[in-house]
Amino acid sequence: MSHMWRFEVPSGSKKWDMHRHKWDEVPRPSAGGTGVGRPGYPGTVIIGIDSSLGTAVAAIARDGEVLADEQSENALGHAEVIGDLLSRALQAAPEPTHVAIGMGPGPFTGLRVGIATARAFALGRRIPLVPVPSHDGIALGILLRDALTGTETPRFAVVTDARRREFAYSVYDGIDDDGLPIRILDATLSPRDELDARLAELGAVRYDATGVSAAMIALAAARALDAGRALAGFEPLYLRSPDVVAAHAPKRVS
Amino acid sequence: MVLMDAPLVLGIETSCDETGIGIVRGRQLLSNTIASSMDEHARYGGVVPEVAARAHLEALQPSIDAALAEAGVTLDEIDAVAVTSGPGLAGALMVGVGAAKGLAVALDKPLYAVNHLVGHIAADILDAEAGELEYPTVALLVSGGHTSLLLVRDLTSDVELLGETMDDAAGEAFDKVARLLKLPYPGGPEIDRAAASGDPTAIRFPRGLSRASDMASHRYDFSFSGLKTAVARWVEQHEAAGQPVPVADVAASFREAVVDVLVTKALDACERYGVPRLLLGGGVIANKRLRDVALERAAAAGVAVRIPPLRLCTDNGAMIAALAAELIASGRRPSTLAFGADSTLPVTEIQVAEDPDAAAPGPLPARVGS
Ligand SMILES: [Zn+2]
Repeated sequence: MSHMWRFEVPSGSKKWDMHRHKWDEVPRPSAGGTGVGRPGYPGTVIIGIDSSLGTAVAAIARDGEVLADEQSENALGHAEVIGDLLSRALQAAPEPTHVAIGMGPGPFTGLRVGIATARAFALGRRIPLVPVPSHDGIALGILLRDALTGTETPRFAVVTDARRREFAYSVYDGIDDDGLPIRILDATLSPRDELDARLAELGAVRYDATGVSAAMIALAAARALDAGRALAGFEPLYLRSPDVVAAHAPKRVS
Repeated sequence: MVLMDAPLVLGIETSCDETGIGIVRGRQLLSNTIASSMDEHARYGGVVPEVAARAHLEALQPSIDAALAEAGVTLDEIDAVAVTSGPGLAGALMVGVGAAKGLAVALDKPLYAVNHLVGHIAADILDAEAGELEYPTVALLVSGGHTSLLLVRDLTSDVELLGETMDDAAGEAFDKVARLLKLPYPGGPEIDRAAASGDPTAIRFPRGLSRASDMASHRYDFSFSGLKTAVARWVEQHEAAGQPVPVADVAASFREAVVDVLVTKALDACERYGVPRLLLGGGVIANKRLRDVALERAAAAGVAVRIPPLRLCTDNGAMIAALAAELIASGRRPSTLAFGADSTLPVTEIQVAEDPDAAAPGPLPARVGS
């Protein structure tokens, strides 16, 4: 039984190109091909998505080679940009094997966009999701940067805006044998004016993050997969209950 | 031979508190899966946007799985993905938009971003029992989130807003008055229950925007906040006088005021535009009194009323998929990936971000038997 309805496609050899919004003559690279120009493709290829701070999508090979690294300049507008970012990353890595997703913390509305996109994409491709705390991705980037320059990384805190005059922070101390940041304090909220005192107590240097690299989210996921470890649960790291007030008695009108 | 020439569309709806996943093949309904977070909102007396958005994110994947299972199709068979771009709660809409983009990109399938209100009208074409939807038709959409009167000349290309609520949606008014009467949320069914033994003519509550002076600029607009205040005042005065509040009469009289103004304005629009057809949609259509009054007065006015099955009247993904299927059938190109959630999307924007460079859906190829 053939499925006859389609978009002006005379043969089954074309595919819908979500990036150019056209039917594409070029067939997908077949398994074992060299679609991304590297031998062994498709081995493990991980799409990383993070919308906890801006919007970023990347693709990496399991060895860490960055195949795509897309991000939006716009700190807001997650829903508007995520489809195009994902579509562009897929051009470099058409057959990903995993989706790594930054689970926050971050402003809820934006954070959810990336998670919703990642979950639906993983569902559509029937590939597994690998949740990663967004702060772990930031911490891994800091540790790798220091390692490259031969700098000793002191104990440090990744700090991000949590709105409502609070910061979210996670504390790290070095990198372990799996190549993953050693998280000694999970993401926590702090009133803004109390944070420095808390970090002094923990002996942690403060690192205010302004963005999350989706490639680092994907790399953390690759290393977690290699080590057989789970870095986060599948639920967003909201850190805060929904801000609601239970219904009160109706106001008098007279 | 199985009819396979209509597009198989999966629709995602997350504009308020229902996570709706619908699957249609053209005008044939294959699944209408709805996960509601209503219970979580009950203790707050109304929909809490953050609670709704969190619930959507949790419900999406299981709802998609359930819809596919019910429809007996796999994602690989889906021809297009549809999603509500607006109007609705921004944070809630964004969950659906993100998911729809993730799914469409994963499947390499066209994406249609559509208008929620027009989706409510499209629900009607999924009713296999009903005949063809005739144009033009007046449509009255009433829910907890909207109260709109539309003139539909063509579902996919010409929908005009005649009027809408200036303040509360009708469903919201039911919720608020239920609270005044110390009845639980959601208010609609509770008011109905209380009204059953009441006298709808016991108290003459005001009909918003219905004076002669309102006809010039708000002939088809609605306002329910004054009505709610009038009910509150009436109840307070009664309590101040030490008299028991006749809840049944208040509920019945309030409901009558809402129903009267909705039906009066809808039939006025039918008459003024010379359209003998009225389509009802939205969750408040579940209110039997509203349906009864509409049917009775429309019959007297020679207006034919269409009411989709109730499960298609409340917010759902099937109506979103149905609208996209109609857009495809009428040759509309898919949306780009560069749209977001638009909480105030005007009803005239039936589809959002249609891509001028995209290939148009071709004429349906000759069906091939199997
Ligand atoms: Zn609705």
